[in-house]
Amino acid sequence: MQWGSIENFLAMGGYGFFVWGSYAVTLVIFVAEIWALRNRRRAALGQIPRPSDAGRSA
Amino acid sequence: MSSVTASSGFSVFRYAAPNVFYPLAGRLVPLFALLAAVLTVIGLYIGFFLAPTDAQQGDSYRIIFIHVPAAWMAMFLYVVMAFWASIGLAFNTRLSSMMAQAIAPTGALMAFISLWTGALWGRPTWGAYWVWDARLTSTLILLFLYLGFIALQAAIDDKRRADKAGAVLALVGVINVPIIYFSVKWWNTLHQGASVKPGGSSMADIMLTGMVVMVFAFWMYAIAAVLARLRSIILERERRAQWVLDAREQGKL
Repeated sequence: MQWGSIENFLAMGGYGFFVWGSYAVTLVIFVAEIWALRNRRRAALGQIPRPSDAGRSA
Repeated sequence: MSSVTASSGFSVFRYAAPNVFYPLAGRLVPLFALLAAVLTVIGLYIGFFLAPTDAQQGDSYRIIFIHVPAAWMAMFLYVVMAFWASIGLAFNTRLSSMMAQAIAPTGALMAFISLWTGALWGRPTWGAYWVWDARLTSTLILLFLYLGFIALQAAIDDKRRADKAGAVLALVGVINVPIIYFSVKWWNTLHQGASVKPGGSSMADIMLTGMVVMVFAFWMYAIAAVLARLRSIILERERRAQWVLDAREQGKL
């Protein structure tokens, strides 16, 4: 293990802000995209007309 | 029901029909998502625990394991998006245009990630988050091309007209991709040249391995995200089609 301790790992040799700032934002973007994809699918499924809607005017 | 899908033997072209592609994409999404997760774990393990600290850049270089994959995917996805958009334009195939529409948001996010991680890498290595350098500027234009494509499609109500307008924009913008790629050669830029090129690499093997694994991880993620979005787009556009109604009754949506 090259880091020795969790503090050293988080410090990233003094570049912690830049390294973790990159990884954190990337993670947030992917999680947000997956969340948005779920919402879009739910909305798309909800838009499909129900058989019970057939009698009513669109 | 099955007579529609099982007619006239096997042909890859049958997958061009949204009703055939929809269930296929549904089986592929979890597969590619799993591949992305496994490759990410392997890639980050190599990147943070096997790859040593760089002699010149210290540990700041570890941003490369997401920066390069995101930048490559941003360029690659744009070309794929323009390809499908142009197929949709030339042959009037609905699914091709839907594919282009499904790629754009993921491509835009990849472009943003490459710019963001590049800024956080640029500060410690060049002393600036942003410079108006050829590589950075052309990548910013790539992000704007994606956003323009998305905005243009959203602004036109008639979906097929939106597809055609989007295709023209996507095709014109393709010229930007080789400009990004060769920008570090054609102009004097702060951005370093290509570390990986035909005939060899300037990186240590273990660093390169970690980066390549992460490229595949991002690639698999992008495929999963695009196919998942494509399924929603198919449902949005075909929600009144009989196959959608039938599939719902059978619980197969």
